[in-house]
Amino acid sequence: MVTKSSNKITEIVEWFGAEVLDNLSGLGAFMRFVGQVFYWMVKPPFRTKLLFEQLYFIGNKSLFIVGLTASFSGAVMAYQTYLGFKVISADSFIGPIVAISLAKELAPVLSGLIVAGRCGAAIAAQIGTMKVTEQVDALEVMGVDSIQYLAVPRVVAATLALPLLAAVFLLVGNIGSWLIGTKVLQIDEVMYFSKVSSFMYVQDIMEGLIKAFFFGFLISVIACYHGFKVSGGAEGVGRGTNMAVVWGMVICLIFDFFLTSFLVQVL
Amino acid sequence: MQNIEYAIEFKNLNKTFKGHTVLENLNFNIARGKITTILGFSGAGKSTLIKHTLGLLTPTSGDVVVMGQNLNDLDPFQMREFRQKFGMLFQYAALFDSFTNFENIAFPLREFSPMSESQIEEKVLSLVEACGLTPESVHKLPSEISGGMRKRVGLARALALTPEILLYDEPTTGLDPITTKMVNDLIRDTAINNKERQLTSVIISHDVDATLKISDYVAFLDKGRIVEHLPVAEFRQSTNPLVRRFLEL
Repeated sequence: MVTKSSNKITEIVEWFGAEVLDNLSGLGAFMRFVGQVFYWMVKPPFRTKLLFEQLYFIGNKSLFIVGLTASFSGAVMAYQTYLGFKVISADSFIGPIVAISLAKELAPVLSGLIVAGRCGAAIAAQIGTMKVTEQVDALEVMGVDSIQYLAVPRVVAATLALPLLAAVFLLVGNIGSWLIGTKVLQIDEVMYFSKVSSFMYVQDIMEGLIKAFFFGFLISVIACYHGFKVSGGAEGVGRGTNMAVVWGMVICLIFDFFLTSFLVQVL
Repeated sequence: MQNIEYAIEFKNLNKTFKGHTVLENLNFNIARGKITTILGFSGAGKSTLIKHTLGLLTPTSGDVVVMGQNLNDLDPFQMREFRQKFGMLFQYAALFDSFTNFENIAFPLREFSPMSESQIEEKVLSLVEACGLTPESVHKLPSEISGGMRKRVGLARALALTPEILLYDEPTTGLDPITTKMVNDLIRDTAINNKERQLTSVIISHDVDATLKISDYVAFLDKGRIVEHLPVAEFRQSTNPLVRRFLEL
């Protein structure tokens, strides 16, 4: 009986140890990958054509979905804020509350989640498919570094595009909020704008854009990493894509907390 | 042109992955200007050997010498440049599926040669002709042409930078008999057409029939060791039990 239970404990400890080691080595591999991305980012040749292609795919092609999400997010925020603040006769504060929420949190986070879902998945699937069909090997055999060719343009493009998408989100979200606040909920338009200009600062917008910059980097580098890690055919591509989206979103939300804690100190 | 007898030399090459030995004290040379096939069962270490040849893997111990250059002496940048001496035809051609066939063939030229676009176009069209492709197929996507044609595009791309060594990874695996013959003829013709500049062809395969028809030398790899390496006529008569088993399958 004693032997049985001690065996069970040993098994649990072994399993736990193996899991910890596995995760640590995974983290090490990821950090090494990030290092390689930085290394190749500053090494010529600089592939501007590929960068613009990715900027178009990640930036321009996401505009519609970002705009659509932003308009309804702004509208629903305005409506919910109105319902809550009407009780204490503070419904005229809808404008600044929605604007600040959008600037500091909703615009970078929701843009990040949209890009993680739309582009993170596509990046992981593209690179993963290239990996299982030996296209990545073909690049290497020809003497082209696959990280420089495939990962760097995607990471740079996402890092540059996400703050721009967050800015679009902020603008369109505020338009949604303004439409609901002033046209549907009948808040005075002058009051709406004067409150926004009184309570909202450039730092609020900066905070959101800086966060979006980091989210863009994290989402794309995670997606590229999972793309390069793909093995085992179509199933592997599916698994890699899934991991890229899930981890892209989770890391965005985790980093949101730490970035917020840091940025409120420095801005 | 350098006077080198062997295109590739493996000297006491060992490779282990997490304690598992994949290549064990491998000593073996590949003759320059000839077609050498490396045969072996799945998991024998053929792909690991090819990756060492290309410098994609570093040996646990031992040396790989390619065209007189020890790969251990090259830093990663020199290694990348050195890889331009190789062309490789992958099992499924490994064409970039978002590029047209023309762009696939032009890719190494655009990356590494100082040629102008018109010179690149001229070179691509000459490769297209040499590999038996039709001019209209070059502007299609790889997904729009047959497996055999994809192999031709892959070979044209591999030949674009005029490599000194051409590697073929399972070139006939999974192909129908007619396409297999076409690919074999293509390998043979490419070797003949480039004989003057002593193009070395290395084929990784487990297709015995196809191999024996086109090779000059055959090596048999088993459990990370070369157990037989002979001219093709002698290889057919080999008394090695493993080779006999493989030949009689």
